[in-house]
Amino acid sequence: MSASLEVRELSVAYGKVEALHRASLRVSDGSIVTVIGPNGAGKTTLLGALMGLLRYSGRADYAGVDLGDVPVEARVARGLCLVPERRELFGELTVEDNLRLGAFQRYRRADPTIGADIAGVYERFPRLRERRGQLAGTLSGGERQMLALGRALMAKPRLLLLDEPSLGLAPRFVREILHIIADLRKTGVSILLVEQNARAALQIADYGYVIEAGEIVLEGEARQLAENPRVIESYLGGGSGA
Amino acid sequence: MTADIVAWLAQDGITNGAIYALLALALLLVFAVTRVIFVPQGEFIAYAALSLALMESGRVPGTVYILLGGGALAAAMEIARAVREHALSRLPRILALYVLLPVVIAAIVWWAVPRKLDQWLQILLVLAMVVPLGPIMYRIAYQPLASASVLVLFIVSMAVHYVLMGLSLVFFGGEGLRSRPFSDAHFKVGMLDVSAQSLWVVFASMVLIGALWLLFERSIYGKALRATAVNRIGARLVGIPANLMGQLSFLLASFIGAVSGILISPITTIYYDTGFIIGLKGFIGAILGGMASYPLAAAGALAVGLLESFSSFWASAYKESIVFTLIIPVLAWLSLRSRHVEEEDE
Ligand SMILES: Nc1ncnc2c1ncn2[C@@H]1O[C@H](COP(=O)(O)OP(=O)(O)OP(=O)(O)O)[C@@H](O)[C@H]1O
Ligand SMILES: [Mg+2]
Repeated sequence: MSASLEVRELSVAYGKVEALHRASLRVSDGSIVTVIGPNGAGKTTLLGALMGLLRYSGRADYAGVDLGDVPVEARVARGLCLVPERRELFGELTVEDNLRLGAFQRYRRADPTIGADIAGVYERFPRLRERRGQLAGTLSGGERQMLALGRALMAKPRLLLLDEPSLGLAPRFVREILHIIADLRKTGVSILLVEQNARAALQIADYGYVIEAGEIVLEGEARQLAENPRVIESYLGGGSGA
Repeated sequence: MTADIVAWLAQDGITNGAIYALLALALLLVFAVTRVIFVPQGEFIAYAALSLALMESGRVPGTVYILLGGGALAAAMEIARAVREHALSRLPRILALYVLLPVVIAAIVWWAVPRKLDQWLQILLVLAMVVPLGPIMYRIAYQPLASASVLVLFIVSMAVHYVLMGLSLVFFGGEGLRSRPFSDAHFKVGMLDVSAQSLWVVFASMVLIGALWLLFERSIYGKALRATAVNRIGARLVGIPANLMGQLSFLLASFIGAVSGILISPITTIYYDTGFIIGLKGFIGAILGGMASYPLAAAGALAVGLLESFSSFWASAYKESIVFTLIIPVLAWLSLRSRHVEEEDE
């Protein structure tokens, strides 16, 4: 399968402190790849670099083209889209305006199918339809998650970068949102999923990487990772998770 | 003080207050979107007012040279960037926007001045000359520093202000000018004598405020501006280009400044440096509104206009000082209230 994303020896430093050290990974077309690891391992840093929010050394190719110092908006135009850990919603705008703005670049191209896609997001998240006129800043944690994902989908991404989509959700919602993510693959979207909830992530992923202290220390088929004693001990033990 | 003096002062205050309100809104918009404290706002007022007065007296305003020069400088910067990024396909667009457009506008002005066109056409030409200066200014002075701190951007603003005021003196000279009123009519409302020009100012301000409201509520670009103001990172992540939003907010600000200059120039004699003081009063209005809320800023600006007008009756020598003193208690209150709020760290 062709690689949607090919990352080689990516390093990111905050000032002098290196937060990511020579990380290499790939996401093949149409697959779900997960990156798991403890707090402060560098997961958010990895996604920030891929999206163009942070400067990095090393190389990241997307759809066969070097991302180099392509600015964020050009990455969005090429189908790369990040749902950040902090969601970064437009709190003083309504739910529907948040969704519309997700399609900002498509508005500029006068894409006529935006209305249909908003309806599609409401179909996936009926709760958002009920709240369409409400300000995004007044949504509950779970609803924010839905809106952040919905807003990202409005850009029609080809590769979705998800930073802890299950963060702070009740177990029932964790299952629901991961189900939706697994479902997205059917629409041809590739997904790079960062999760602390390793059990749930490995259930829906095809392939996985384990990152610790800025370095990728383990990788493999998701099913095999889930049976790896080291992963079980550090990330799946105690029966926590969904 | 008799009732008709009160009414007359109120009319004066509201007329000026309406202009200040427009300027306050523009300042707030630019600050929210780009974090730039827009000191050069006043220059657009002076440029527009003086250009109009000069065109009416049959002279070609120096604004055309500023437009041509600014456009050429911006084009050079854009071309340098395009070459660096190996994106030569951008060249035609750059040349059309920053070179061809200013040349066409300048040519029309040269053609039009000796023909003494209708006042409305002259106003349109003034807008065509002055409004593009906003985005050009953003491109030259602010875009390269888009991620600098508020303080650095403020210092840049001061520099831009001095450069533009110097150009103003060079091209317009030191003499004060006034343009013809849109209409000489006066209306008797009860005992009050209302000039049509005052009505024009208030009416045009309200239309413009309404149009801005529509832009922010209804259009995707207006919403994108608000989104950038609310959450810069979120805006980048949905692919809203920060540069485009910066240019757009400067375009709106230069448009508002130019319109204000055109509205006020039949009422007030404008010198090359008058714009700054007028802009400052808009700024005080915005500060009275806490630098955050558009309706409060408009109300604050109206209050500035009224205060100025009434203090010119009681203590005309101190009228500016009284207005500027107003910000001290407001700033004290704001700084007390925001003690625990840290500056946005990006
Ligand atoms: N802006 C920053 N400046 C300095 N150091 C930072 C910055 N952001 C992150 N770091 C550091 O980089 C390291 C990696 O952080 P990162 O946010 O990528 O971790 P993470 O794997 O996403 O953690 P979590 O699971 O808690 O979200 C941490 O040690 C963190 O303290
Ligand atoms: Mg993180």
